[in-house]
Amino acid sequence: MGNTDVKKTKDAGFLSKIVHQQLFIPIAALLILAVFNLIADPSFFKITMGVSSTGDPVLSGYLITILDYGSELAILAIGMTLVTAASGGQDISVGAAIAIAGSVILRVLCGTNSRPDELQTSVFVAFIVACLVAMLFGAFNGILVAHFKIQPMVATLILYTAGRSIAAWINNNELPIISEPSFSYYGGFIPGIPIPTPFFIAIICVIIIALVLKFTNLGLYTQAVGINEKSSRLNGINPVFIKFLSFVILGLCVAVVGLIKVSRFSTINYSVIAKDIEMDAILAVALGGNALSGGKFNMAASILGAYVIQFLTTTLYKFDVQSDALPAYKAVVVIILVVLSAPSVRAKLSQLGKKRHVKEVA
Amino acid sequence: MSNKTILEMKNINKSFPGVRALQGVDFKLCQGEIHALMGENGAGKSTLIKVLTGVYGKDEGQIFVDGSDKEASIHSPQDAQRVGISTVYQEITLCPNLSVAENMYIGRSAGAGTNWKKMNEDAEKLLQSLDIPAKATQQLASCSIAVQQMVAIARAVDMDCKILILDEPTSSLDEQEVEKLFGLMRDLKARGVGIIFVTHFLDQVYEVCDKITVLRDGKLVGEYEIKDLPRVKLVAKMLGKELDDMSDIRSEQKPYDGKDAGEVVFEAEGLYSDAGIKPFDFNIKKGEVNGFTGLLGSGRSECVRAIFGADRVLGGKVKKNGKTVKITKPLDAMKNGIAYLPEDRKNDGIIGDLSVRDNIIFASQVLRGFFKPYSKAEANKFAEEYIKLLDIKTASADTPIKSLSGGNQQKVILARWLMTHPEYLILDEPTRGIDIGTKIDIQKLVLKLASEGMSITFISSETDEMLRTCSRMVVMRDRKVVGELSGDDLTQNKIMSTIAGGEK
Repeated sequence: MGNTDVKKTKDAGFLSKIVHQQLFIPIAALLILAVFNLIADPSFFKITMGVSSTGDPVLSGYLITILDYGSELAILAIGMTLVTAASGGQDISVGAAIAIAGSVILRVLCGTNSRPDELQTSVFVAFIVACLVAMLFGAFNGILVAHFKIQPMVATLILYTAGRSIAAWINNNELPIISEPSFSYYGGFIPGIPIPTPFFIAIICVIIIALVLKFTNLGLYTQAVGINEKSSRLNGINPVFIKFLSFVILGLCVAVVGLIKVSRFSTINYSVIAKDIEMDAILAVALGGNALSGGKFNMAASILGAYVIQFLTTTLYKFDVQSDALPAYKAVVVIILVVLSAPSVRAKLSQLGKKRHVKEVA
Repeated sequence: MSNKTILEMKNINKSFPGVRALQGVDFKLCQGEIHALMGENGAGKSTLIKVLTGVYGKDEGQIFVDGSDKEASIHSPQDAQRVGISTVYQEITLCPNLSVAENMYIGRSAGAGTNWKKMNEDAEKLLQSLDIPAKATQQLASCSIAVQQMVAIARAVDMDCKILILDEPTSSLDEQEVEKLFGLMRDLKARGVGIIFVTHFLDQVYEVCDKITVLRDGKLVGEYEIKDLPRVKLVAKMLGKELDDMSDIRSEQKPYDGKDAGEVVFEAEGLYSDAGIKPFDFNIKKGEVNGFTGLLGSGRSECVRAIFGADRVLGGKVKKNGKTVKITKPLDAMKNGIAYLPEDRKNDGIIGDLSVRDNIIFASQVLRGFFKPYSKAEANKFAEEYIKLLDIKTASADTPIKSLSGGNQQKVILARWLMTHPEYLILDEPTRGIDIGTKIDIQKLVLKLASEGMSITFISSETDEMLRTCSRMVVMRDRKVVGELSGDDLTQNKIMSTIAGGEK
């Protein structure tokens, strides 16, 4: 093989390399959405100074909305990525579990009085209790999947069905309302800071998971179990525990989002809170180019995917798409995604790049 | 043998990122011919087969089937089947959860409905005519690997193929089963089927084949009549070296007498597991190489799996230096300095999508602990070290292990366990489906490691390989240890008679 030959294959590989990059899909989707908005209505990108409910100056605009709500998804995407990678399936009970976590927080804060004048305990304590409860429900899903080897979607269907009733039951079906203004900081703004708090919470979560992935073997073990369970076991890993652990971690993510959700309104609506959020979280993982059948994952791509999903949702809202009609539009995106990430299409794409390059060389 | 050409491949080229897997390869197959395709790992055999069967698209070249002068369009395995090319791969590619009959007829039932009764009857007939010990309605997973392989062949045979490709079909069969397969191949040959036979077993080539095509490094070395190419020359052509005699390779390897072996390191007493083996006793000394031998399914692997804690141990104990150690899961065994290279490389060994690097450091990483990951630099250093040490052929340490050839995958797994610096290394069929060069490398390595004080248990289907490496052999029959041979008793005949149970 001559020297020039080597060079040619290397160059031709460049485009195919980009196509094979995992971050390619979410970034491309983000760019397409951004360009679309830029052409359709550049005011999409306008950020203005508004006033919050507490009277403090805050930033507002579509991009801020994306940062705000996308952060919820990003937090969930962290847990969902791990569950997907380890178990090769998805947890569809996330929305219902958020309802439970939110309900627990309100219950602990309000005690028996659903309209308390002052909180029974600190928000921190309530949050810790919610974390424990959400992790417990995560553990329940985890045991069904890891130990009893039930398909994740089927296993989590149980909680998906029962979760919102459990959430309502926790508060005796009452709707507690919290009047304490500081409670609204977590889902809104901290006075003096014009950027929505959920974004900071998401950053903290991302930093934590980044540290965990760097300083432990969670990533390696999770991927290994997802790729080849038998082989992982023969190398000393306990696959049952790793899968179980992924569901418990997702439970923790659920508790965090539960806090943000109830803080936004200082109350809860059991049947509406975090409705269909599991689908967006799963979509974020898929948009990140991660195989929904498990195995290798790229956490950064999932998190970026979450914000892209929110970008899409917000864009659709901006164009006055009814919230009932949203899923239909998202379905189109799902189809495009699934087709794009299919190995055969990717192979075609990179081949296309190669051919074009060869032509240019000629 | 008629001279009608039924398959001609001309100037086939195929590249993968970073590798030119095939360069201008020609291949010709005649009617009623058994044609061996030979070459070392990575020589391009599998790629050529996959191009022919439409699994890979070719970059350049032409394929003509059945003497037609029009190029055959083969873009998928279905296309290949349509023009009469059937393949049985080295790794079973059937559906283990379906029945034997369903596996034989899947994907080719005419029309929408399936006549289950007829299907089962047809399958039963075919199984009987080929003398395959399986029932049509039996779930495939409940058959042994060997029987599964034969079902795959039966499926191909029944599809009226003109060209049958057997890609390493014998690597998981024992001798009688191989004989049966050869009978079947000769039968098909008489019927005018052209057979492409890919194998690493030289004996088998000379037993059934008419012609040999040799590939090396993705290029065609040549096509030869079997009578014109003695073994020595074949090996020389495959390796690309001139060797005077096959025996040279062998004489490099002095039979190991094990006299340097020291104290007993590991012992098993009355050990048995849920895999159905009878309680057995076993021990291994420091610096010793011993082995389990017996027919396929005699329980060789199950014994070592019990020692490693891979199967659930139901009774008995394992002792290390005379002290009982508790081994209930692989991690316990690893912590006690035991390493186990499993028989089923694809399902138990490699972690396909992970890189060569991650696959090498994997076991050591698990031993090191969850909270102590290797830094990227450390991992790279180890990976490079072992890639060099074992001469693993890979584009880089980042390459997913699944894109390596079988032999190189095996070297990666070997590297993985060597990196844990085990006191006791268990190698279960480490040389299966591997070219001669690598086989000898592995055998040499085993002896070298033993001379450095490592205890090694070596299991292989090839008795002469075990004779060359082991100083003591435990003989198994029907999941029971039936004898132990060492010293002068360690001969092919003695082993055979012990296996057969005719020594007394």
